[in-house]
Amino acid sequence: MAEFEPTIIAFVCNWCTYTAADLAGTSRLSYPPNVRLIRMMCTGMVDPKYVIKALLEGADAVLISGCHPGDCHYINGNYKARRRVKLLKEILPRFGFEEDRLKLTWIGASEGVDFAATIKEMVDQVKALGPNQTREQMVI
Amino acid sequence: MAKTAKIEVKEQGLVDSMQGFFRTLLEKGDINALLVPQRLPRKNAVMPTLVTDPEKINGADPLAPVFPINAAKVVSKLTRKPLHGKVAVVLRPCEIRAFVELVKLKQARTEEVVIVGLDCLGAYGNVDYLRFAGEDGNGSTQKFFQNALSGKGTAWEGIDISPACKACDHPIPENADLLIGLLGVDTSDHLLLKANTAKGEAILDNLKLPAAKESEGRKKAVDALVAARSAYRDQMFEETSEATADIEKLTSYLSECINCYNCRVACPVCYCKECVFVTDVFDHEPSQYLQWAKRKGAVKMPTDTVFYHITRLAHMSTACIGCGQCSNACPNNIPVMEIFRTIAHYTQKAFDYEAGLSLDDEPPLSVFREDEFQEVVAKMH
Ligand code: SF4
Ligand code: SF4
Ligand code: SF4
Ligand code: FES
Repeated sequence: MAEFEPTIIAFVCNWCTYTAADLAGTSRLSYPPNVRLIRMMCTGMVDPKYVIKALLEGADAVLISGCHPGDCHYINGNYKARRRVKLLKEILPRFGFEEDRLKLTWIGASEGVDFAATIKEMVDQVKALGPNQTREQMVI
Repeated sequence: MAKTAKIEVKEQGLVDSMQGFFRTLLEKGDINALLVPQRLPRKNAVMPTLVTDPEKINGADPLAPVFPINAAKVVSKLTRKPLHGKVAVVLRPCEIRAFVELVKLKQARTEEVVIVGLDCLGAYGNVDYLRFAGEDGNGSTQKFFQNALSGKGTAWEGIDISPACKACDHPIPENADLLIGLLGVDTSDHLLLKANTAKGEAILDNLKLPAAKESEGRKKAVDALVAARSAYRDQMFEETSEATADIEKLTSYLSECINCYNCRVACPVCYCKECVFVTDVFDHEPSQYLQWAKRKGAVKMPTDTVFYHITRLAHMSTACIGCGQCSNACPNNIPVMEIFRTIAHYTQKAFDYEAGLSLDDEPPLSVFREDEFQEVVAKMH
């Protein structure tokens, strides 16, 4: 059987992590192709339902990545995101989604190397976890 | 120390004495209106009524073991903008807690309100209550309290108070301006009236009622009730967690759900004017359903049932006060309260918050600090 290839949905901030991903690309840094980037104007825009929907639809993990504390272009969107991640990490594991299926990181615009390393590490982690329970299971 | 007084009972019985007290409150309490549950004509349905005329209080029965809606919703309608008058609102403890949350969420105001809270011994579901009340509404209330206060319990002919009430660990309205106490009180003689705030005290002084003392027995009775409720609650948390521990189990837990969203409409703290689940975000393209079906071979219609419930949990479980109106409103008897209260217990604990207890504690999702919850941010190399 072929090795399990996880799908990771990444909600990334336009001003920092998205640029870092771009930089990783233009610098020809290689990172696994398992991640689908969704560009947001700020991590403060990531409503919990986006994360929930992704995990219910069979994504194996979700990454939210934004500006370092103090660097958010909308002042405090990243702090709001952090509270929501705290909240989701309380709720989702109670329904059998392992905690590592949701990750929050701060990756600045110049940190292309960090971006590539984060994705690589996350893919390894999720491979170790195995496929999400919603991949095959019909969710009502 | 809190000021206390007596509402005399004598031979008229609980319901009549209570009505007498409300008449006095309207006449002498320096208020313009009273919001109080009353029996509607001909049927035994009990709904909140806004009363200005002391003569129009003859159906008042806030002790009736039923509350078809959480009245915090109507107090929010009365107070979201200036009322130009003062209103006393008679509420159950869970209605007060919901009101506290709505105030913090800027959906209600405290300025023109005096809260009159009652010790709560629980309520039946709407349908069960109609059977319990039968032809004699007031008599059934009297019977309920006699049984509950004498230790005979609340069960009657195969029905009992709702699971939400059995699990309610805050049955005493300690955060009301005026508290009407029944537990550990000699209710054949009087009810206890206690002022917990300056607002309450001013009214209590106006009413010129005979003095009373909070008895030793009251504390004991309250502790015993809270202990029994907490034990039920903990077992409920355990059983519900087990019954919803993964997606397969959660799916079977919710399998009768028809996405009617009654639970959300009935919930006092799900206050959005337009819930995202009824917007056109969920008017999917017909062909989208086909794609969804193809992906796993089958898709249940209507879709997004689990999605709805988990999202609602994320949006409002930090404000859930455990009133049980969600379960009460469900046409298919899904144990909605059980899952919401269980998850709420953990989400509120995560933010060191307990919904509804104090106006001063900040709602977890309305505030944030620079230095907090570092543990949820993955470390970089
Ligand atoms: S489920 Fe969410 S969007 Fe809908 S009313 Fe409740 S809080 Fe608002
Ligand atoms: S979720 Fe249910 S128990 Fe919680 S506040 Fe809303 S209606 Fe009451
Ligand atoms: S009231 Fe019951 S059937 Fe309706 S949406 Fe809520 S859980 Fe589902
Ligand atoms: S602008 Fe990047 S997280 Fe807010």
